[in-house]
Amino acid sequence: MAKELLKGNHAFAEAAIRAGCEAYFGYPITPQTEALEHMSKRMPELGRVFLQAESEVAAINMVYGAACAGVRVMSSSSSPGVSLMMEGLSYIAGSELPVVLVDIMRGGPGLGNIAPSQGDYNQIVKGGGHGDYRPIVLAPASVQEFIDLTVEAFDLAEKYRCIVIILADGSLGQMMEPAELPEMREVRRFEERPPWSLSGAKGRTPNVISSFYLDPLNEEEVNRRLMAKQAEIEANEIRFRELMLDDAEIAVVAFGTSGRIAQSAIKNAREEGIRVGLLRPISLYPFPYERIRQLGDNVKEILVVEMNSGQMLGDVRIGIEGRIPISFYGRQGGVVPMPDEVLEEIQKVNSRSSAS
Amino acid sequence: MTDKKMVETLIYTKSESLTELGTHYCPGCTHGISHRLIAEVIDEMGVREDTIGIAPVGCAVFAYDYFNMDFAEAAHGRAPAMATGLKRVNPDKIVFTYQGDGDLASIGAAEIMHTAGRGENITVIFINNAIYGMTGGQMAPTTLPGQKTTSTPLGRDIEMHGFPMRMCEILSQLDGASYVVRRSLHNVANIRKAKKAIRQAFEVQRQGLGFSMVELLSSCPTNWGMTADEALKWVGESMVEAYPLGDYKVSPEIKGMKKGGGG
Amino acid sequence: MAKGRIVVKEMYCKGCELCTSVCPQDLIHMALDQLTPKGYHPAELVDPDGECTGCAICAVICPDSAITVYRMVPEDKVKTTTA
Repeated sequence: MAKELLKGNHAFAEAAIRAGCEAYFGYPITPQTEALEHMSKRMPELGRVFLQAESEVAAINMVYGAACAGVRVMSSSSSPGVSLMMEGLSYIAGSELPVVLVDIMRGGPGLGNIAPSQGDYNQIVKGGGHGDYRPIVLAPASVQEFIDLTVEAFDLAEKYRCIVIILADGSLGQMMEPAELPEMREVRRFEERPPWSLSGAKGRTPNVISSFYLDPLNEEEVNRRLMAKQAEIEANEIRFRELMLDDAEIAVVAFGTSGRIAQSAIKNAREEGIRVGLLRPISLYPFPYERIRQLGDNVKEILVVEMNSGQMLGDVRIGIEGRIPISFYGRQGGVVPMPDEVLEEIQKVNSRSSAS
Repeated sequence: MTDKKMVETLIYTKSESLTELGTHYCPGCTHGISHRLIAEVIDEMGVREDTIGIAPVGCAVFAYDYFNMDFAEAAHGRAPAMATGLKRVNPDKIVFTYQGDGDLASIGAAEIMHTAGRGENITVIFINNAIYGMTGGQMAPTTLPGQKTTSTPLGRDIEMHGFPMRMCEILSQLDGASYVVRRSLHNVANIRKAKKAIRQAFEVQRQGLGFSMVELLSSCPTNWGMTADEALKWVGESMVEAYPLGDYKVSPEIKGMKKGGGG
Repeated sequence: MAKGRIVVKEMYCKGCELCTSVCPQDLIHMALDQLTPKGYHPAELVDPDGECTGCAICAVICPDSAITVYRMVPEDKVKTTTA
């Protein structure tokens, strides 16, 4: 398919449709509403399910219900709305259902604002809802990557019967870029729904989908199964991109939009002769700890850049294990850092590490 | 008397739509009666293999162990939203929720209102026993004024806690609701009427006529501190007075509907 | 009068006594000399004179589906129902 100019929110919604998403439930919230609007038109056209729920609480529980039926189902929202979904997400995680969610992060805490932010990192990447679980979290940095990761999210969710969250921000949702959409995939036929799904117990013993295990030993067994699944995910699903790290003395680590901004700054720094490279984690869970650990052997200092007060920073520290200095540059509350600001930080780190 | 040959015949036995498992409900708890009525209606309609239930949080949390059909467990109060999602991708299946008063009228008030408002083609069985059973007898949104609970030890004070919610009356105001009725389980005659209403509600769904809900006035002998018999008498006296029985909403399409076998 | 009998499944009976209060013939009593596996005194039919009609009212009120009801029926009218 040819490239076309696509807005992030429209692009991921259309990508989900083409990945065979059969049902979408959501609630309007800026800056992701265009996705819901796109779904409201396209899904009925294709004979699929779109429903605007009365709240994000209801939306995620509708997703939960449809996921029980074994269809490809998703929702999308933005930070405050995603907070409301945490209860439902925990139930979905405990019931081991495949679900895709997109969080177009905005400034917070509280009502915050509608500007781009990465303030939900801890909430989303570390679990979010109550109890012991981790969703797979993928962070795109361009509209094309947003499309590709959305399609992949459905496959991963079904492969591991888990939640996959695409963590993007308001600028990715709103920006327009040339990108290519995938081929249209038909929705699964009723007969092809998975054997665990709720479809009426015709000629079989009933299926029950629940996250309730009153006996702690049974609940522990479920937790161990989730842990085993996480180990498999950690072994197989780590994704990152890197740029100019081969000879780098400084490594910038940044995800999503911050990663993209850092990339511009790094190119400028290289022109000044600073040996700096970029590691951009794409899978935030599973996090590329091993690659970060290697960086600890190869560079002198790490600079973490985020649109928050230092959340992924904690994971970078885990990977570095205290071996080299880590500095942090962040803008908060919906402020997007400019490449020049990041360049200045790189220069500071460079003069410090050259002096040492 | 004729001299026809008489044979011993099975008149009543446990429904095929219930599993063999004994329930965890307290002795005399009417949850068991409600389960039985739903199961018998499903048997009689022959839809067990096409029915999907949604269990609540509350005493009936284990309903999925007792009904012999596909079942899911909802978060507290969210069963109608979950049923919506399930029904929209399974429009040919019968989907019902089973919810208590705390679940439906308190924490899930928004979900039930909007599910009814949308005219979602599902059936809701609403158990109103005026108390939180599972957590040990606290005030429910349907607790009667003056009624003692473990969180209203001096009796529900309307100055402090406000008034009980009458859900049939509220939901019947919504254009999307098709069949909204209240029945009681306090004696045999009323139990039989309750079963007819449940049948009607499932028939409404089967014929695609929209949202149906049967509220069942129920007992909680343990948390009310009564015997099973005393508790049913209290339902018949105090609860029926506070929550009048009747058909609060029967849409014109339903009135014109052919009577189902049990309707 | 129609002749009938009931069988109380001890696995299900919780001794709530509701059946004893609704039996029109007052034929159901608690078996105080017996305990169910769960530790309740079960209900039992005490019907020395064969007065049970198999009306199934006890089964209608039983919350635990513990009561199975049989009735003598003319051969040409045999039909199993639920209460």
